[in-house]
Amino acid sequence: KYIHIINKADMAASKGLKILVGCKRVIDYAVKVRVKPDRSGVVTEGVKHSMNPFDEIAVEEAVRMKEKKLAGEAVAISVGPPQSQETLRTALAMGIDRAIHVEIPLAQLEKLQPIHVSKLLAKVCESEKPDLVILGKQAIDDDCNQTGQMLAALLDWPQATFASKIEPSQDSKQLRVTREVDGGLETIDVSVPAVVTSDLRLNEPRYATLPNIMKAKKKPLAKMSPDQLGVDLQPRQEVISVEDPPVRKAGAKVESVEDLVGKLREKGLVK
Amino acid sequence: ASLSFTVGRSFLCRPVVPYSSVSNAMRRSLSSASPMSGSDASAEPNTDKLFTAEHEAMRSTLRRIIEQDINPYVDEWEAKEIFPAKQLFKKLGNAGLLGVTRPVEYGGLGLDYSYSVALAEEYGRVNCGGVPMAIGVQSDMATPALARFGSHELKEQFLRPSIAGDLVACLGVSEPTAGSDVASIKTTARRDGDDLVINGSKMWITSGMQADWMCLLANTEASVKDPYLSKSLICLPLDLPGVQRARKIRKIGMHSSDTAQLFFENVRVPASYLIGEPGQGFIYQMLQFQEERLFGAAANLLGLELIIQETAEYARQRKAFGQSLLDFQTVHFRLAELLTEVELLRSMVYRATAKYVAGNDVTMLASMAKLKAGRLVREVTDSCLQYWGGMGFTDEVRVSRFYRDGRLLSIGAGADEVMLSIICKYMRTLPKPPKK
Repeated sequence: KYIHIINKADMAASKGLKILVGCKRVIDYAVKVRVKPDRSGVVTEGVKHSMNPFDEIAVEEAVRMKEKKLAGEAVAISVGPPQSQETLRTALAMGIDRAIHVEIPLAQLEKLQPIHVSKLLAKVCESEKPDLVILGKQAIDDDCNQTGQMLAALLDWPQATFASKIEPSQDSKQLRVTREVDGGLETIDVSVPAVVTSDLRLNEPRYATLPNIMKAKKKPLAKMSPDQLGVDLQPRQEVISVEDPPVRKAGAKVESVEDLVGKLREKGLVK
Repeated sequence: ASLSFTVGRSFLCRPVVPYSSVSNAMRRSLSSASPMSGSDASAEPNTDKLFTAEHEAMRSTLRRIIEQDINPYVDEWEAKEIFPAKQLFKKLGNAGLLGVTRPVEYGGLGLDYSYSVALAEEYGRVNCGGVPMAIGVQSDMATPALARFGSHELKEQFLRPSIAGDLVACLGVSEPTAGSDVASIKTTARRDGDDLVINGSKMWITSGMQADWMCLLANTEASVKDPYLSKSLICLPLDLPGVQRARKIRKIGMHSSDTAQLFFENVRVPASYLIGEPGQGFIYQMLQFQEERLFGAAANLLGLELIIQETAEYARQRKAFGQSLLDFQTVHFRLAELLTEVELLRSMVYRATAKYVAGNDVTMLASMAKLKAGRLVREVTDSCLQYWGGMGFTDEVRVSRFYRDGRLLSIGAGADEVMLSIICKYMRTLPKPPKK
């Protein structure tokens, strides 16, 4: 088990938090996804990919915390194929200081699950010792919404998921996170180190300016392998098939509540 | 009037050396791909390596700005017949998009021309031709001579703010009686003490109603007989007494771009506002034509692709005589022909860009690309509009706007006939000018 404690006084007085931000390379949100003919997955070859939108928000938050002097260093990490480097360069162009690429061999890529990713991230946290890990709340390809939570559990760190605001707590010794939950907004204080996952309204990500795109080329990008980190990528699940969602059938309009109840009874949905 | 050059006018055939800002890394990556690496500058560079991850990243940034800050407002700007250049150029300037090939000392990125071409292609995503045209003037057409030959003070005063998007620039070359025949412009700028006094008029000035300053071509050397050596480029602030923005010209297309006619009556500027050497203005203008022509060709590629795709989608769902319009062979075959031509033009643009970046003169290729682009835009938009039927004739669809906007390409920035003359010059088929 890995424990890292900041007992020091004001966060404001210290040289700032060290933040680790996760970014995943996913199929671009605007692409019309197609299922492969053999139904084993979706077509990814030649399809436009970009950074997971929630991860863009996470990167933006880390950069803003640096600009506010709450954070001193921001490091981006991506677990994925060689092309994940492009995703990391985007993060660097947005203002991240350096990047880490955990390269996954193609054969194991399709079977990679949040449990594996969270174990890899936990290992990296052991050596990098961040004060704060910010991840997107979920990836738009698998919608798992698990990695942040699993990572916090593996590290035994507090977690604040679905964050719509991150700021220092009243006494500046913790982080005050506002979370978007079903009932509304929940505000909690978490001690650092902690895992936070970003939700949609946390911020609006900047686009990388052209000078920063050129500067990103010179920022350090380190490569690692799952073997080096000693993590086993054995799949725990097997995908049986992937299919298109059923074509949406036309609905019917009803005039009144009585009509609605009548129709529901007809269909045997209500007794 | 025809542009006929004899072999004697060698300065127009002189190989143009582009800015020393061609990065060594780009040179290496291009030349290492060819068998005669590095030693033979005219060896065909490998255009597969033309665009790097950085080019793509810049296109992504531009794409976001287009989707957020431009396209949602295009219909409104087209209707108003003007777009807010100051506001938009500031946004582009903040992103670093207006000075990609300009010197780093003045806020530019100092990159080579391949970056301009990559961005030019992305501008094809804008839902009209007027806004990209105006941006092209700001970033690529009004400032190359200033960047290359202007004094430090002049660059601080005009170049830096134009790159930052704080000043709107325009280019003042064409006149009511002189379009293609640049040598016969009549506007004068005569020396009077420490000033230059400007008299004359300019026509067809893109962004002329909004611009803060103009890069003006005028006759300065009264004693010089040769019309190619009697002109100079001058930085002209447009808020000076004597400058009259006479009218906004109403055109059949490019509505969102304000096109102006201006008059100058005894307008005084300091003589130090002259760019580079007096008498060299015409030459300076000629030098940047290769870039201007490649930009014009590159900027239309994506728009043409999108129109072809959109037309296919429309034809797919449009029914006629019991089947979808797209299923008629004449329709899907024609769209395939048109897309083939677009790809051919793209290959030529990339090839010319790669050769230019490697240090070659690409006047002939750039002129060919411009000629082809102007004609292809007319062909594609006309054919596609036909398949939209009655809808194609309305304001409610994009194809009609591109039909109107696209017609300008064969006229502006070097008319088709001028491009043909240049190509004939290289083919040595151009007749000698008649003896006067």
